[in-house]
Amino acid sequence: MKIHKYDTVIVGAGGAGMRAAIESTKRSRTAVLTKLYPTRSHTGAAQGGMAAALANVEEDNWEWHTFDTIKGGDYLVDQDAAEILAKEAIDSVLDLEKMGLPFNRTPDGTIDQRRFGGHSRNHGEAPVRRSCYASDRTGHMILQTLYQNCVKEGVEFYNEFYVLDLLLGEVDGVRKTAGVVAYELATGEIHVFQAKAVIFASGGTGKFFKVSSNAHTLTGDGQAVAYRRGLPLEDMEFFQFHPTGIWRMGILLTEGARGEGGILRNKDGERFMEKYAPVMKDLASRDVVSRSIYTEIREGRGCGPDGDHVFLDLTHLPPEQLDAKLPDITEFARTYLGIEPYTDPIPIQPTAHYAMGGIPTNVLGEVLADNTTVVPGLYAAGEVACVSVHGANRLGTNSLLDINVFGRRAGIAAAEYAAKNDFVELPESPAAQVVGQVERMRDNTGTERVTEIRKALQETMDANVMVFRTEQTLKTAVETIAALRERYLHVSVQDKGKRFNTDLLEAIELGNLLDLAEVTAVSALARKESRGGHYREDYPNRDDVNFMRHTMAYREVGEDGVESIRLDYKPVVTTRYQPMERKY
Amino acid sequence: MSTATLDKQEPKDATGSAAVELITATFRIRRFNPEVSAEASWEDFQVEIDPKERVLDALHKIKWELDGTLTFRRSCAHGICGSDAMRINGRNRLACKTLIKDISPEKPITVEAIKGMTVLKDLVVDMEPFFQAYRDVMPFLITSGNEPTRERLQTAEDRERFDDTTKCILCAACTSSCPVFWNDGQYFGPAAIVNAHRFIFDSRDEGGEQRLEILNDKDGVWRCRTTFNCTDACPRGIEVTKAIQEVKRALITRRF
Repeated sequence: MKIHKYDTVIVGAGGAGMRAAIESTKRSRTAVLTKLYPTRSHTGAAQGGMAAALANVEEDNWEWHTFDTIKGGDYLVDQDAAEILAKEAIDSVLDLEKMGLPFNRTPDGTIDQRRFGGHSRNHGEAPVRRSCYASDRTGHMILQTLYQNCVKEGVEFYNEFYVLDLLLGEVDGVRKTAGVVAYELATGEIHVFQAKAVIFASGGTGKFFKVSSNAHTLTGDGQAVAYRRGLPLEDMEFFQFHPTGIWRMGILLTEGARGEGGILRNKDGERFMEKYAPVMKDLASRDVVSRSIYTEIREGRGCGPDGDHVFLDLTHLPPEQLDAKLPDITEFARTYLGIEPYTDPIPIQPTAHYAMGGIPTNVLGEVLADNTTVVPGLYAAGEVACVSVHGANRLGTNSLLDINVFGRRAGIAAAEYAAKNDFVELPESPAAQVVGQVERMRDNTGTERVTEIRKALQETMDANVMVFRTEQTLKTAVETIAALRERYLHVSVQDKGKRFNTDLLEAIELGNLLDLAEVTAVSALARKESRGGHYREDYPNRDDVNFMRHTMAYREVGEDGVESIRLDYKPVVTTRYQPMERKY
Repeated sequence: MSTATLDKQEPKDATGSAAVELITATFRIRRFNPEVSAEASWEDFQVEIDPKERVLDALHKIKWELDGTLTFRRSCAHGICGSDAMRINGRNRLACKTLIKDISPEKPITVEAIKGMTVLKDLVVDMEPFFQAYRDVMPFLITSGNEPTRERLQTAEDRERFDDTTKCILCAACTSSCPVFWNDGQYFGPAAIVNAHRFIFDSRDEGGEQRLEILNDKDGVWRCRTTFNCTDACPRGIEVTKAIQEVKRALITRRF
């Protein structure tokens, strides 16, 4: 075991983690721990853009952006946070440009902007061009630019270090941050990082679904670690299904394709979104479009022999426009489907994409231990966190924005906290829990296999916790997951070595997915209403009287050692927008 | 409905029918685990698989169903994160961007770690020297004077000038396909030069001279023998050799 000491430790090196690192490295001695290499993070897979009311190409302002974000989130958004997001968006984009990000340009040489789902002029009148973009690889350019600036600032990275535990110490009856424990993939060695401040920026948990746009490595590691240490998870029932994943594979095809004029069509060639969203049509919010696609499929208007998908039609767009604005996604269609998007429509289906919920934080990025109490020294930003700026459904281009605005805020706040506070004494045997976890997993001789449990988990999540949910499907999911958790206790790995043991890594990741899938299903079962990405066929309407509140899920361990989930609720912060019926 | 509709159309090729025809393919994988043996060796695995799936899917099938010790890096699985560059049938490719049907699955498919880098285990290599070469070319925007209030202006043409080299995902497929790099690990290699090019030809950047001096080194661009292996290997379609030539030309003319 090795012990390291840093003022600030950041867990995760995607957009949020590296944006935080650029700030905290200037202000405090910082280490960034990532289970990948920074440039492998899934921020790089984001395509369409980053929202900011720059008004470079048409009239726009941050108040319209705030409203769209709140409406897009079906009024579960904390409105003070949404206002910060929309206001700071402008400087966030300009900061990235100054860091070198190669945005596409207007004829005037300013940053070009394009349309995106749910972003409108004057509170829903018509689509507005708000998304700042770099071709269809905006996330790639953000990740590269942030890494480049980390190199410039001399940020210290620990690559392929997998954080397995959060250390909290009690000082005068208050639980404070003491550090984290990490597993070094190359050697199998355990490292304790003592830190005054810790920022979780470890991304999402989309691999508990089968059809998913998420990387294999997105297994909710940060959420699971915090949850096991008794911290709540907020709004986990809200998961976004992106309308246009490549059929059966789930690979993302950007909403920017529809922003550029792409159209969704059913088997009759009909532009069906006109029925569901007369104003915004194909650019309605993602939850609305995904439900519309599945409604078409369920009512027999899906495409293909099994009628299980619809088409994204780009054939009416000039090839030059596709080459200039959408080169990557058209290449995906060629590579993975053997389809030429110039002439043929692309088969798509909704794909699990983004967790709106996560570790609750306030607008400074400080993690909450309950509805109001901050955990001193602990921060979270990006998809792992729930501020909540996305509420029940995130708007496209608001996540690349979120990681920059709240990554920056968390980086500054953590470093300032570290400057003013002392180290908290490490608990006795700080690595004991992790050592036990790793050894148990390596030495287990049970007959259960990771791959089978993971497959069963993904299948039950796809079948029961996807776009349409009912009491029955959610109960089925809860029961299935409980049984899988039982089987997981008997899982064994074949690789018993220390060096790059990715067999062991996947087994630990599966444990995280199981815990978070259970929280997701239990939270969804208790929310007897439909709102944003959470649609209950048995409760098809939004219920503001009983459910305009955030879910807070806590892990409880009884005296008999039995684990359970306790649900509590937190009020939504409302400033100037009263809930209205949501139409696009 | 006012919008024009398409004729009924079924997708071609890969997606026509839900019925999948599986084939049995042999994957001949170069194994190395110093915890077990100091020697590397080839091992064959038979996999029943849909030929329209990716090589990465086959590697997962092997790892998940046959041999959990098989070790490789991967993340996004669609060619954007750069984790899974490997040598497949003697050519550098991303496992997640290579479909089995395209690499003659009727014969054994060889899979080995990319060349010229230290193998740590199976298909995992030490990436540190690669990233060090990248960091050495100062891969960040260098400017002087006060920052503007708004964005720096750049014409669409100036933006287009370096578009190709912004696509790089640092997968190392180019560098580890370069015969010069195989023989001399000190050579910066194509990927580092591509990333220098991305800034040298960015109209906003003022660090071009510094980067050119770095690449004027004996281990810099002049080592390139225009073999074009790098251009062939690039999974992002970057014209790597052309970029290197442009850097050479800039060194001679000092115009960029």
